[in-house]
Formats: sequence, C-alpha cells, structure tokens
Amino acid sequence: MIAYLGRRLIQSALILLGISLITFALLYLLPADPVRQIAGRSATPATVESIRRQLGLDQPFLVQYGRYLWNLLQGDLGRSYIQRSEVAQLITARLPATLLLMVGAIVCELLIGLTMGVIAAVRRGTATDQSLMVASFIGVSAPQFVVGLLLLYVFAVKLSWFPIGGYGTFSHLVLPSLTVAVMSAGWYARMMRSSMIDVLRQDYIRTARAKGLARITVLVRHALPNAILPIIAMIGIDIGILMGGIVVVESVFGWPGIGQLVWQAIQRVDIPIIMGVTLVSAFAIVLGNFLADIIAPFIDPRIKLR
Amino acid sequence: MSQVESNKLSGAAAPDSNSVGPVLSVSGVTIAVRTEDGVREVVSDLSFELGRGETLCIAGESGSGKSMTSLAIMGLLPEPAAFIKSGSIRLGDQDLASLSESRMRRIRGNRVAMIFQEPMTSLNPVLSIGRQLIEAIETHTSLSRSAARAKAIEALKAVRIPDAEGRLKQYPHELSGGMRQRVMIAMALALKPDVLIADEPTTALDVTVQGEVLELLRDLQRENGTSVILITHDMGVVAEMADRVIIMRHGRMVEEGRAADIFARPQADYTRELLAAVPRIGGGREAVSAPPLTPPDKGEGDSSRDANAPVASVRDLHVRFDLHGGFFGRVDRRVHAVEGVNFAIASNETLSLVGESGCGKSTTAKAIAGLVPYTGNISIGGRDLVGLGRDDRKAVRRDVQMIFQDPFASLDPRMRVGDLVAEPLVIHGIGNRQERQDRVAALFERVGLSADQMERYPHEFSGGQRQRICIARALALRPKLIIADESVSALDVSVQARVLGLLKDLQREFGVAYLFISHDMAVVENISDRVAVMYLGQIVEMGTRDQIFSNPRHPYTRRLIEAVPIPDPARRRERFARLEAEIPSPVRRLGDEPTKLRLQDMGGGHLVAA
Repeated sequence: MIAYLGRRLIQSALILLGISLITFALLYLLPADPVRQIAGRSATPATVESIRRQLGLDQPFLVQYGRYLWNLLQGDLGRSYIQRSEVAQLITARLPATLLLMVGAIVCELLIGLTMGVIAAVRRGTATDQSLMVASFIGVSAPQFVVGLLLLYVFAVKLSWFPIGGYGTFSHLVLPSLTVAVMSAGWYARMMRSSMIDVLRQDYIRTARAKGLARITVLVRHALPNAILPIIAMIGIDIGILMGGIVVVESVFGWPGIGQLVWQAIQRVDIPIIMGVTLVSAFAIVLGNFLADIIAPFIDPRIKLR
Repeated sequence: MSQVESNKLSGAAAPDSNSVGPVLSVSGVTIAVRTEDGVREVVSDLSFELGRGETLCIAGESGSGKSMTSLAIMGLLPEPAAFIKSGSIRLGDQDLASLSESRMRRIRGNRVAMIFQEPMTSLNPVLSIGRQLIEAIETHTSLSRSAARAKAIEALKAVRIPDAEGRLKQYPHELSGGMRQRVMIAMALALKPDVLIADEPTTALDVTVQGEVLELLRDLQRENGTSVILITHDMGVVAEMADRVIIMRHGRMVEEGRAADIFARPQADYTRELLAAVPRIGGGREAVSAPPLTPPDKGEGDSSRDANAPVASVRDLHVRFDLHGGFFGRVDRRVHAVEGVNFAIASNETLSLVGESGCGKSTTAKAIAGLVPYTGNISIGGRDLVGLGRDDRKAVRRDVQMIFQDPFASLDPRMRVGDLVAEPLVIHGIGNRQERQDRVAALFERVGLSADQMERYPHEFSGGQRQRICIARALALRPKLIIADESVSALDVSVQARVLGLLKDLQREFGVAYLFISHDMAVVENISDRVAVMYLGQIVEMGTRDQIFSNPRHPYTRRLIEAVPIPDPARRRERFARLEAEIPSPVRRLGDEPTKLRLQDMGGGHLVAA
C-alpha cells in the first residue's frame, strides 16, 4: 500500500510536469502577442520591446520554461500581466467558488445519472427505459450554454424559484450545478444502465434471489455495489470534463470562480493566469483519479493496491 | 385438484412411496418461452413426485429442459420471457406455480433451496462469506445477529470447512472452487429446507473435489432427511447418487424409474443410447465403436514418414509467469506453470495430458502452439523452434493446429464458416480462391457436414457441429500435430462420442498425431495411446494407456482414477477418495524453486515420479 502510494505520487508529479511543458509550449507558439495586449495599441515599438524584455519574453523557449518551472517549484505561479497581482492569490480567492460548484455538480450528476440508470436497467425494454434513455441522450448532446439559459429562463425568470445569477447561498448553487451536471448525468445514466443490466444477469444475483431476499434488497445490497465499480473510475476522469463545462457555466451564471478568471485571461492572452489555472485543474484531475483508485478497494475486496 | 389426481404417476415406474406421501409433487407442468417466432414449449406436461429423504436425479442433455424445471420450482424462471403455462407444483398444501412473488419469497431459501453449477460466479464477489450466509438466515428467521452468526458458523462446520469462524470474514475470491461450492451448500442447507435442488453442482469442479462434494451432499441428506433433486448430465453422478432417475429429452420425460433399473434395464431407446455413449473407465480404447487398431499397423498410407520419428518432442519445458510487486514493480513472485516437462509424440499417436485445473496442461499446449513464451526445447517434425527465423517458424507452426474447448467462443460470429475454415490457408498463402474453396468443401464433407453449409454463420450450428467446424479448420493445413484442449468437454455425451469417433477416424486417415488435453479420465482412456499425468506443472506418471489405467503407480494418478464416478449403481462407493489437503499454489517467491521430480522407468516405458 505504501509502495503503491509512493509510486502513484511519482507518477502524478511526472504527469503534472508533462502538462506544464505542453501547455507552456502551446502558449509560446500562440500567434497572439501578450506584450501587444499589455502595451495597448498606441505603444511605440520601443515600449513594446522594453516590456517584452521586462517580462523575459525575449528569451528562448527553454529558458522561459526553465524559469517558470523553477518559480513553480518554489510555489510561485508568477504575476498576472494585466491584473498586476499574484496569480496564486487570484486563484486562491476564486477556487472555493469553483470547488463548491464542482462538488454540487458531482452530487447532482450522480444522483440524477445513477438513479436514471438503475431504473432504466430494472425496467429494461419498457417505455420507462426508452424515455429515460432519450432524456439521457438529450442531456449528453445539448450544449451547456443552451441548457444553462433554458434553466435560467424556466426556473429563474418564469417561476422565480431560484436567483438569476450570483453567488452566496444554497439557492444560488442549484441552477449552475444542474447545468454542469446535465451532460455527465446523461453519460452516467447510460453507463449505469448497461453496467446494471450486466450485473443483474450474473449468477450471484440468482443466488441472492434463491435465498428468498426481497427484490429491493437484491438490487441495493447485491447488484448496486457491483454495478457502481466501473462508474467510480469514471468519476475521477470526469473532473476534467467538468472543468470544461465550468468555464462556460460560470460566465452564464456570473459565478465568481476560476472559470471566469481564465475566460478573461484567455481573451487577453494573460499567460501566467492561463498556466496557473491549467495546472490547478490538472492537479484536481490527477487528485480525482487518485482518490477514485483509493476508494475502489473499499467497495471491491478483489482489488489490491500494489 | 382433479387435474392433480388424474396426473398421478402410474405403472411400473412408481416411486418408492413413503408412508407420509410426497414432499413435492409436480403434475402436468408445461413451461413455455416467448421467442420471436411465438411461444415455444421447453418443458411439456412433466409430472413427478419427490418422497421425503429421497434423491431424484433429473438427467438429460443440453436443451432437455432440466434446468428450466428446477428454476420453475424455485419460481426463478427468467420472466417475463419464460413462464409456467399450465400444471401445478405442490409443496405441502401450497401450489408454487400460482403463488405470488411475496409468498414465494418466503419459501425460497427456506423450504426449497438451490445450489448452482458455477461456484466461481454464484457468490457475490464484494460481500464477505459471513454476510452472505447470515443474510440468508436472517431473511427467514427472527434470530438476533449473533444467533444468526452462530448458526452460520454451525452451517459451515456441517459442510466440513476448516476454521469456520475465520472464514466468515473472507471473500469468495479467497476460496477455491470446491470451498465455494461448500459455502453454497452451507447457505442452502442452513435453514434445513424440505427440498434441495442441486443444478449440476459438481460439473465445474475437478474430479477429486467432485467426489468430496457429492459425498458431503449424501451425508447431509442422510442427517437432515432432506429431499434432493439433482440435475446433471453426468450418468456417473446419477449412478452414484440417485434413488430414482428421470431421463428427459426435448422437454419431455422419456423414462422414469429406480436408478438400478434404469441402468440395468433401460426401457426407452433414448436411455439406451445415452448410456451407451457414456465413456467408461476400464472400457479401453475400443469402447466406443471404431475397429481395433494395433500399433504396428500405424504409419500405413504414408510411407515417406518414418513412423518412429517423433512429430513433436518437448524437452525440459518451463513456462513461468512473472508477478510484479514492491515499490518499483519488480518481479517478486512467479507462477511456475510448467516445470521441466519432457515428452515426445509420434505420428499417428495420441498422447493425453491429464490433471486437474491449474496443473499446467493447457499451458504446455499453448507453449507448443507458440502462444506463450517458454524456455526449453520444442521441436516439431524434427526442427527445433529455437534459432529459427520468423518465416521458418511460421512454416513449422503450420504443422501444429489447435482445437479449443468452447466451440461457441472459438468461431468468429461475424464470419461465414467456410471462410473460417479457409482462413488458415489464406494466412499461409496456400492455393488460389477456387482451390481453397474445393479444399474447404472436401473438409466439410470429411467432418460430417455438407459443403452447402459453408455459406452459413456459426450461430446457425449446434455445439457439436461447431466443434466439427473447428476440427475442419485445424485440418485445413494438413498438420502433423493437432492439439485438442478440452475439445469435447463442453459437449453432450452422445455428441462427445461422435466427435471422439471422428477424431479417431481422421487420425487413421491422415496419420495426424494428437496431443489431447482433458480432465475427464474416462474420455482420456477412450482416446489415448499414451497418457501423461500432470500435477503442479510436472509430469508425475507417464506410460501407455494400459500402464496408467490398469497399473497406476503414483498416488495422485490412483486418486484421479478412483475419484471418477462409475456409471453403474451396483458399484456405488460408500466413501470417495479424499484429498488430504488442497493442491498447493504454483505461485512461488523468487528464488524458491520447486523441487524437480525424477521419473523412474518401471518397465516398458512406464515412467513414475519417485
């Protein structure tokens, strides 16, 4: 177990290093020039050059990357070009909002997706099954800004159940979480359905029924833990997909998280912020996968971490 | 009610009626399945009674409706596709056929319990043994958790599981197949049901384990007075266990009677065929058809081939699989699957490798076919594979073909069977399209299929026909050696006998050598010229068929032969050969090499481990 943790830690560090290198290289190759954005349209070529030198952007790629990495190892994510403050501070200020949204979204997608999947599997081949699968298909394919606007229109504008936007109370959280969750919930519903159908066919389910257990006991105690196993690994991967959705949803709902921060930074080629947010998200994804792997042996005793 | 009366069993095959009357009586039961072509009956008008403390065997080949019958009694038919169309199943004063699900639930596991064929998959992998046992007890009693636990321990002790209390914490994957089946039996018998249904309870187990489980069932039945319905395809098991026997075919009862009568004086033609097809130990090679074949005659027809030169020889074969562990994932343990195996097969000869699961017999076969990496020497047709280039190796491999166990899984469902048989020819670039077509057509005729079936797909064929297709595919390259890995194990006995006959005919015709791998001693005796017995990756005894079966010298060989149930109730054993301990694991730490057995010649090439 200790050996496993150690190995995974080293692997994770290598993955993060790789991501930092690739992102840095992509941003370096970007045709947009950050210095022009900082200096403004009216700046003279001399001013532009001096800013470039000041930021170290005139150096070769490897020097720039090496310097970034060196600072990173000391916990320094650099300064924003535009906002004139530390990237680390900007991110920490906004991270709690994003994490809250992410947790809300994960809870929603699991609640909706797994319930739909289980019901569809149990009612396999019926009209219930078919309508649930159509619903999940719509969830998977609908663009998130459309879902967000639709939810806003129905539940905030027409019904006034929830606020239109903003941050602070539980009711602020509901619509953004739902919006982020809709797509993944559709995936989970489909995966859970097929996983459950598979498990319900297994011999041990027949054994459980042969003992005289009630249908619901068979379903919850015998089928569910087995069916959920492949889903757990998915949740770790899913955090990455969630991050993509969060960027969109935060701007639709005016949610003050890192999604909005990076959205603005991308428009203004604020490289340190883009780098910072990318690394933080990558860290979250790596951590999510790690947690999913750690949880698995608690549900399935056959899995041993070596 | 009147229907029940009118369907009472009559005539010669009356059950030995206990004074109390039957525990379970099935009358006029018809089970139907909804298919795309409408409703089809899988069991038709079946009636029988089960007396108290009696063992009733329902025997038949696949598709005979025996499993459907047992599921119907349990109320576990795969609804809504399958349902009881008519008839009644009476347990005491209740008709199980018309009971609601909630009332049926109180009977299931309590008054009627069931054990299934596959112990490996019949227990929930994520719940501990204790939890699964206790749950079964708590469902039907109002016992406290600790009382239920005590009862669970008692049940495990009753099935002779050592360290019963410690087992409660274990999970199914930590137990062997035999142990799991005992847990299943403990679970089924914990509440002392009136009726126990055992659906092929020992089919998936090794023979020595099978003996123990059968004996256990018999003892527990005697102690508790449970009535048992034993469903099996194995006439040896029937002879060993049954008081009465029902023979089923295509959903109908063909014959019913006392076990001794059925075996001694079968009335129906089908029963006679079934019994004739059963391979028996002590029957010898000629037991199933085929004219006598003496070794000196061998090698006829092909004068160019030296009959004495081995087609394949294996020297000092080792196959080990590395297991990784530790911080850097280095190799710290190895599976010693095959440990220094030596043998040779001559053309026209059949060498059988026998042994129980995990003994390395299949791995040996895979090494010869080039499917797993190995160390040691394997030479095919006199050419050693070591040091050959890729193309040479491919050419040599042409001489070795394989037939696998599962005829359903070993044919690609999306390819026409003609193309499947032609594929080896295509791979090795033999002939043009028309020549291949002709050759495949000839092969189809030769294995007992017709050439116009070449355009069809695998799912349109039965298990036996598919195995014939696999044989045709193996023959396509005219190999010198065919490896048959449990190739008849999945087939019904009557089909099995015909496929074995075909294999023998083909050997006589083409002079091909077989490496025949099987766990079934009776089949092995039937087909082999020579036999090698494997245990934990090594050969413990090797000799001619007669040397092994008439004069087994190694204790493991003796135990294997003794454990096979004999299809004759008159020779029923009181006690089965017992295993002193479970077979040890072939997984060993690095540096902990197993000791090599030395084979001694006991005369006439009969090699026995000292």
